Amino acid sequence: MKSVRAAELRLSLPGLLLAALGFLALLAPFMTLAANRIVAGEGLTAWHLAGPDVTLPGLIAIVSGLILGLFAAWPKARLIGATLGLAGIVWLLSQSASPLLEGAGEYARVSPGLGFWCLLAVLMLVMADAITSLSPGPRTRIALLASMLGLLAIVLGTGLLSDLSIMQEYASRKDAFHAAALRHLTLAFGSLASATAIGIPLGILCYHGPRLRKIALPVLSFLQTIPSLAMFGIMIPLLGWVANSYPAAKAMGIAGVGFAPAFLALLLYSLLPVVANMVAGLQSTPEKARDAARGMGMTTWQLLMRVELPLGLPVILAGLRIALVQNIGLAVIAGLIGGGGFGTFVFQGLNQTATDLILLGALPTVALALTAAILMDVLVELTNPTPRKAS
Amino acid sequence: MIEIDKISKTYDGVTAVDEVSMVVDTATITVIVGTSGSGKTTLLRMINRLVEPSSGEVRINGEATHTVAKTSLRRRIGYAIQGHGLFPHYTVARNIGTVPTLLDWSQEKIDTRVDELLDLFSMQPDKFRDRYPAELSGGQQQRVGVARALASRPDLLLMDEPFGALDPIIRAHAQKDLRHIQRTLGSTIMLVTHDMEEAIQLGDRVAVMDAGRLVQYGTPAEIIQQPATEFVAKMAGGVERPLRLLSLYPVSDIIEEGTAEGEPLDANTCLRDALSICLWSGRDVLPVVNEGVPAGRVTLAAIRARAEGPT
Ligand SMILES: Nc1ncnc2c1ncn2[C@@H]1O[C@H](COP(=O)(O)OP(=O)(O)OP(=O)(O)O)[C@@H](O)[C@H]1O
Ligand SMILES: [Mg+2]
Repeated sequence: MKSVRAAELRLSLPGLLLAALGFLALLAPFMTLAANRIVAGEGLTAWHLAGPDVTLPGLIAIVSGLILGLFAAWPKARLIGATLGLAGIVWLLSQSASPLLEGAGEYARVSPGLGFWCLLAVLMLVMADAITSLSPGPRTRIALLASMLGLLAIVLGTGLLSDLSIMQEYASRKDAFHAAALRHLTLAFGSLASATAIGIPLGILCYHGPRLRKIALPVLSFLQTIPSLAMFGIMIPLLGWVANSYPAAKAMGIAGVGFAPAFLALLLYSLLPVVANMVAGLQSTPEKARDAARGMGMTTWQLLMRVELPLGLPVILAGLRIALVQNIGLAVIAGLIGGGGFGTFVFQGLNQTATDLILLGALPTVALALTAAILMDVLVELTNPTPRKAS
Repeated sequence: MIEIDKISKTYDGVTAVDEVSMVVDTATITVIVGTSGSGKTTLLRMINRLVEPSSGEVRINGEATHTVAKTSLRRRIGYAIQGHGLFPHYTVARNIGTVPTLLDWSQEKIDTRVDELLDLFSMQPDKFRDRYPAELSGGQQQRVGVARALASRPDLLLMDEPFGALDPIIRAHAQKDLRHIQRTLGSTIMLVTHDMEEAIQLGDRVAVMDAGRLVQYGTPAEIIQQPATEFVAKMAGGVERPLRLLSLYPVSDIIEEGTAEGEPLDANTCLRDALSICLWSGRDVLPVVNEGVPAGRVTLAAIRARAEGPT
């Protein structure tokens, strides 16, 4: 009995580390108050934000969340702790913004500070760690993701955070933001779709032709090593020349700057993961199974469709996952050459030294990438060709 | 009838199969036996063209295999690969139904056939039909592999060490079943093994291979009594040869008039088992019954006479 108790009370090592970081983060400024959107603000620790009626519940939630995150044997407690802690920091953020702004001047801005971001990271890690130990099935993972996104939508939709500087940046450019979101998605998914349309047949050809494979894969991995800025540097004059020489291309919207070069760059970057994983996926069929298929009279096409593709699907989808997450991140660069997307805000913010405008571009990108990664992971798991072996 | 005509396979200067010629009669079991690396698998795979011969040709019922499209040739020939080669993402039922599906059988007909085959290999259909290969034991996987080769009732069956992973009891059972299937359907079977015991038990004819060459091709009795080379003699069992020889004949072959004391013997028992019973029970004569009716007796001396090698 005793040993069981001891095991249950055992502390989780990552939990300890994260809790220590969390408590350290509490000492850092939780929010900053600045005279306007450009100047650096003054940092305020969590207990200086407002009266105890606001700070106390928040601090209690954060501290108890961090403590709940310690128990190695109870991943559910850790999950609840992380949720509680997140609720605590959102509470502090939402409840102290307007009191801080009061009397601080017309242009004053409040923003989350270093402490907030560190706590957010720590609590997310506690949550990820707890979810990993719970190893939920694909359906539960989708449900968890949906509830997180739902909560985020509620917090944003109800205007709880609308006094924050980043939300003010959003409020003043709502239409631009929505256009950027749409453009970002178009860039990321459109280039992935084109890369898939090219990469899958190319992967199949590479799989069947070792000679093509020996040329194509090194070329694609070379493309991958070109820094994105250099890639645009090549693309801009190249597409500019195409647009100038072929009026038809120009009419289709191809130009040296803007959407076309960004799209093309993303497409080139995503070819390697798509093609390489396609080849690896097809190769993953056991040699004996392939042999048996041929021995029973399957044609090359039947072998591909009935055996090699289904068996390689998880690896192939893992390639699409890499490409998609990479594209969502890289699409930010499009903002630099007028290609649109969330990158527009990032580069505007950099020019104006307006941190919150940078964040208005960066945070949705991160959220999008995370969501895509989780969804694709679930998809990879669902396509496992021998379902019961996995469970 | 399958005619293998001076067939050879060379891999980068290494000869895996060296000018092998043999004729396999329809509705017989031919067992190819040899040590590891002697070219058995290569020879077998040249028949369904999974390996293209470097020279020579194979004719099935007079038709040269290289004149037929590979896929349709292979769909006519059952093939049980060495080490099962089941599709990991298919259930047992879908694995067995692979060739019938390629041949566009109706689903109903396929389902019936799958259950029939599972029954035949002592695997309850209800229990095994929907499992994945990873959920089977090695022996079960191998039986499914053989069942898959039989699924479309091919006239010609190529089997590469189909019983390698089976324990002796299941193995004997499976060999008997294969015999039975072959007798009832009249199929032609070419089976590869490295186990001479299996070759002698199962084969109408035995082909012994050594370093890519066919060193002897004959009935099991010929292989044992007149081994063509030292190697064949060694393969045939050395000191165990008389016992192997006895295992080829039933008691009914040497039955004589008269009676004897003790537990009777069935006329279909092989002479090796009869000898064993003599030694174990200390008797020199055993009574024989045929389907329960007394049929005479068999003597230890007669058994001994059958076990003598050529002098
Ligand atoms: N694809 C290949 N490339 C090169 N050499 C090969 C190839 N396949 C077989 N060989 C060689 O041919 C010879 C005969 O091989 P094979 O597989 O026919 O032997 P086997 O009698 O079936 O042996 P085992 O009992 O171990 O299965 C071996 O020496 C082997 O190394
Ligand atoms: Mg072999």
